[in-house]
Amino acid sequence: MVKAVKWLEKHLFGLEHLSADAITAVLDLADEYRPIALNPSTTTGTLKGKAVLNLFLEPSTRTATSFAVAAQRCGANVISFSAESSSARKGETLIDTARNVEAMGIDVVVIRHSAAGAPQMLAKTTKCSVINAGDGRHEHPTQGLLDILTIRQAKGRIAGLKVAIVGDIANSRVARSNLWGLKRLGAEVTFIGPPTMLSKTFEKCGARVLYDFDEAIGEFDVINMLRIQLERQTDALIPSLREYSKLYSLTDERLARTKPDCLVMHPGPINRGVELPSTVADGPKSVIIPQVSNGVAVRMAVLTLTSRVRDQEPK
Amino acid sequence: MPDQRQRLLIRGARIVDPANSVDGVGDLLVENGVVAAVGKASADASDGAEIIDGKGLVAAPGFVDLHTHLREPGSAGSETVLSGTRAAVNGGYTSVCAMPNTDPPIDSPERVAYQKLLAERAGYARVFPIAAITVGRAGEALVEMSSCAAEGAVAFSDDGLSVPAAKMLSTAFTYARVTGLAIIEHCEDATLSGSGVVHRGVISNALGLAGIPPSAEDVIVVRDAIIARETGGRLHVAHVSTAGTVEILKWAKGAGVSITAEVTPHHLVLDDSGIGSFHTSFKVKPPLRSREHVEALRAGLLDGTIDCIATDHAPHRVEDKELEFDYAPFGVTAIETAFAVLNTELVVTGLMTLPKLIDLMAARPARLLNLPVGTLSVGAPADIALIDPDAEWLVDGDELLSAGKNCPFEGWKVRGSITHVLVGGKLRKQDGCVA
Repeated sequence: MVKAVKWLEKHLFGLEHLSADAITAVLDLADEYRPIALNPSTTTGTLKGKAVLNLFLEPSTRTATSFAVAAQRCGANVISFSAESSSARKGETLIDTARNVEAMGIDVVVIRHSAAGAPQMLAKTTKCSVINAGDGRHEHPTQGLLDILTIRQAKGRIAGLKVAIVGDIANSRVARSNLWGLKRLGAEVTFIGPPTMLSKTFEKCGARVLYDFDEAIGEFDVINMLRIQLERQTDALIPSLREYSKLYSLTDERLARTKPDCLVMHPGPINRGVELPSTVADGPKSVIIPQVSNGVAVRMAVLTLTSRVRDQEPK
Repeated sequence: MPDQRQRLLIRGARIVDPANSVDGVGDLLVENGVVAAVGKASADASDGAEIIDGKGLVAAPGFVDLHTHLREPGSAGSETVLSGTRAAVNGGYTSVCAMPNTDPPIDSPERVAYQKLLAERAGYARVFPIAAITVGRAGEALVEMSSCAAEGAVAFSDDGLSVPAAKMLSTAFTYARVTGLAIIEHCEDATLSGSGVVHRGVISNALGLAGIPPSAEDVIVVRDAIIARETGGRLHVAHVSTAGTVEILKWAKGAGVSITAEVTPHHLVLDDSGIGSFHTSFKVKPPLRSREHVEALRAGLLDGTIDCIATDHAPHRVEDKELEFDYAPFGVTAIETAFAVLNTELVVTGLMTLPKLIDLMAARPARLLNLPVGTLSVGAPADIALIDPDAEWLVDGDELLSAGKNCPFEGWKVRGSITHVLVGGKLRKQDGCVA
């Protein structure tokens, strides 16, 4: 039985405009769903008889899989569709895709797309619930939620924590979703990275901006290491991965200078030896594996809450 | 002998003619397509004349747009010379300077002549073609500037792009002196703007959209001003969008460079804060910038650093704009809303007077390119807009005559409507309807 919660959204586009109550509602429900998330023989039944379309227009394996598992654990039918969305737009437009989806009787669309704002656009033209599974560099709200849930489980709270997010911030939707969500719940967020990947302007979004990883490394309760896109070196924002690792890798030596109870996180997939060595990724401070299991629970909660709002809409 | 002359009398309007410093209630007599008298009409002036009651209306010179995309030849789905000049008349514009980035571009005397012909056939607003600076807008070889001028080109521009090579631009400024015409530069360093789709700043950061820094514009304005100074060329800067450009214009004008500049209604009114909706009607180049830039543009316009208002009317097909923000083309439909939006935002709010706005939209742009319009002088072509300055209306894309519905002011309640428009003495808009 779902408790009365302060959740009013039919869609989930991002965390920027969510209230603290709404975020807390997802986290609470996700906590409740954790046992079901981990047990394939159980289901919440909250999406029974509903069809969820996993529309992945940008390559992804783990997020797509996580959403598929989450939908199944809620009792939904899952249909998966993946294709390369291309800026050349040779195929059908997203709006036509939306109209087709509607005609197939889909209830929820989970969309991953390379362009920021694509989920909003989809929502304008369908009656489905639309869940953003990552849109360009804009937001990846369920990743933000699962990161926050993981922190809350380990620390018992979010307010007052100091969280560092390290890496290519400019290109990271994970960094943005974490920033909005963590700030809303009262944490202090520090972005750390090379200046070409981290504009000072982020200070106006409420983040603290540091270019020197070592400057405040002993202050953080959480260090979230972002994946460096090895395939995206066209912009020449850094001279080499070797120099990047020297400045921004969470090495054993750096880890030794963190707080004893500092959490190490990574949204995956890890470039072992680039963002952090295996000794750190698999070490005692790492919560990278719990992040993955929380991913399923958070997505179950999001699917359940948004579908409920949609069901209450006048037909 | 009966009087065969075609006559039209506008009675009792507030006549605003900034070119002649006229602002007062009076009559305006049009004969044979030209302004015949301004002031108190004699009793026999109305004999056989068509009469328009101008009471409560403002009679102004029809507006002159230095920056219009008519899209023809090549992209008839987004606009044609016919639909674009009808849209112009609807917005009170009686003259438009057509940008040459059509497909194929207007880069030869034959193509200039072709566009003039299309405009004559359409018969709405006057069209003054702007020819390309370089063949194919490729930045490599000069167009036949003198021959293009002879066919009616009024300026040169590779709009949509800057001339990439400084050396080529220097040659263009120098050679253009045989025509006496201006070079209009779209100032954008393509390496700095890169894949950017919005102003680089807080909003682009928050939304994860690639940003275009102000420097992309500023560095080219500086380069061009310095080359214009050295060559004695005549430079007009298109669609100024940054505080930096305003500073550079001040310096350049002080240094005696022959430089002028225009600003669009959308850059004067909108900042980048509306982009969070990801609505592609806000996607335009140069991008809508942050508030401090908007304020600098307004100040620059008020103190004369920026010389006039131009629309950069850039219609697109719905199919092309209904895409993800990253994939949609740049450009806004602007010519039908320009006056009302600016009247609402700049005149009603007390930032400038109505005659000043009319000056910036009609007299000044005409003077910048030496066009024989933009005035109500006796003997001038009777290009006239009648304005009801207090009428309120709602901007609705479906009601616009432009084929492009990509209007960023959709849903706005604005004040000031164009009731009548005469082009060469012929009524092209009457009682709010374009014929």
